[in-house]
Amino acid sequence: MVKQRLRVDPIKCKAHGMCSELIPERIRLDDWGYPIIDPRAIGPDLLAHARRAVAECPRAALRIVGVDEPGARDRPDDPD
Amino acid sequence: MTAAVPTARLLPFPRVPEDLTAHLSRHGERPRLDAGLLVKSIEESGLRGRGGAAFPTGTKWRAVMQRAAGGDAVVIANAAESEPASFKDRTLLTVRPHLVLDGLEQAAEAVGARRAIVYVSRAHGELRRSLVAAIGERRRRADSGVFVEVVTGPNRYVAGEETAVTARVSGRLAKPRAVPPRPFQRGVDGLPTLVQNVETLAHAALVARFGAGWYRSVGTPKTPGTTLVTATGALRMAGVLEVDSTTTIAEIVERSGGVSAEPAAVLVGGYFGRWVAADAIWQRTIDVDALRGVGATLGAGVIAVLPVTACGVAETDRVLTYLAGQTAGQCGPCRVGLPAIAETFHKVAIGSARPAALDLLARWATDVLGRGACRHPDGAVLFLASALQVFATDLRHHVRSGVCRFSGQPALLGVPETEAGWW
Repeated sequence: MVKQRLRVDPIKCKAHGMCSELIPERIRLDDWGYPIIDPRAIGPDLLAHARRAVAECPRAALRIVGVDEPGARDRPDDPD
Repeated sequence: MTAAVPTARLLPFPRVPEDLTAHLSRHGERPRLDAGLLVKSIEESGLRGRGGAAFPTGTKWRAVMQRAAGGDAVVIANAAESEPASFKDRTLLTVRPHLVLDGLEQAAEAVGARRAIVYVSRAHGELRRSLVAAIGERRRRADSGVFVEVVTGPNRYVAGEETAVTARVSGRLAKPRAVPPRPFQRGVDGLPTLVQNVETLAHAALVARFGAGWYRSVGTPKTPGTTLVTATGALRMAGVLEVDSTTTIAEIVERSGGVSAEPAAVLVGGYFGRWVAADAIWQRTIDVDALRGVGATLGAGVIAVLPVTACGVAETDRVLTYLAGQTAGQCGPCRVGLPAIAETFHKVAIGSARPAALDLLARWATDVLGRGACRHPDGAVLFLASALQVFATDLRHHVRSGVCRFSGQPALLGVPETEAGWW
């Protein structure tokens, strides 16, 4: 199975902060309440929590994506 | 030391605006090449984008070509040049509009685009007029085959980012959006779109004429060809230079008439670039690896020399405040984070911050990185991080005393007025 990780759409996100309560193992909040996503893969132990966080986001800003999905801006050396 | 005669491919002297007759007598008609061969040639040339991201041009052309797959596509020459310290794109488009337009038309034919557009900033009205005149010259010849339009965007830093450009050309506000989809997948009106800086297109026009081998005959294997840089700051003769990747910062300074005061640091890339201590970079070339060794990239080609008689903290303070004001206001870490960073840095600069503020700024610089839909927040915090490093001693002095001997000097790095709208 393809390894998966969490990704937030930074335009949709409005800092409700529920995600970090539901999966603190992968999401912490910055000083302004916006989520900082840990890019490490989600193991089977965390998958249920990740799915719940995705489902509960009031802005539908959170997604589970393949770790290698192209186009992520979370690698600053990835040119566009 | 006598430097070799610099190679001038894009901007030979005298730099007077070249009309179509002069352009044709210099280079002749642009060649009509098979699309596949042209794209292959661009790939082999090793040409990379000159708007700041340095993405391989051939890869981009092929991606749009394959995505269009015989259907419609759009090409855009990006002349927004919203980087305040840069004026190489305006210089090129003013002096050699037909070379850029050759490149644009060739790109349109290669990817099969029916629309070809030049995107300019509303701040550059004179450029727009000369460009429209150049396009008119070509239309009167009626054999160019590609109908070129001009679209004007707002005078804002992020309005030149490629997803902001495709949004504006599609009739929406010139704000970046989250990727994917990237413009090559879905750009103007949902069509595969090639957005390319004007300098890149001018190089592509020359590769089409003279080939990849010719292109690679100057520079280094990894960074071939020539490049335009805007040399500014404490120089006797600030201006746009054409150099290659074997050129050192010292040579750029020498060709700019030398320094007008002892140098302390160099800002490389632009306002989204990095400060580097002068002695660490002076003898380095602008080759990608040489610059990476000091944590910098050539970015949009800005080389700004900060003299010891200026205050790096005050300069950084003004630029951070400008960048914070340039947020499109879409992503929290940028909309809220950058103003917080700018405000805290300003407090440091005027001596009303606690010493811990420097640690807070360092943490924010890390926290914000990579968290916007576009790279605007990344640029601002990488610029900040470099200032925290290069001006560490000065910053501690400012925390204690608020001012230094030079903080009242006029700004070396100017910040433009920004318009309120986004269209």
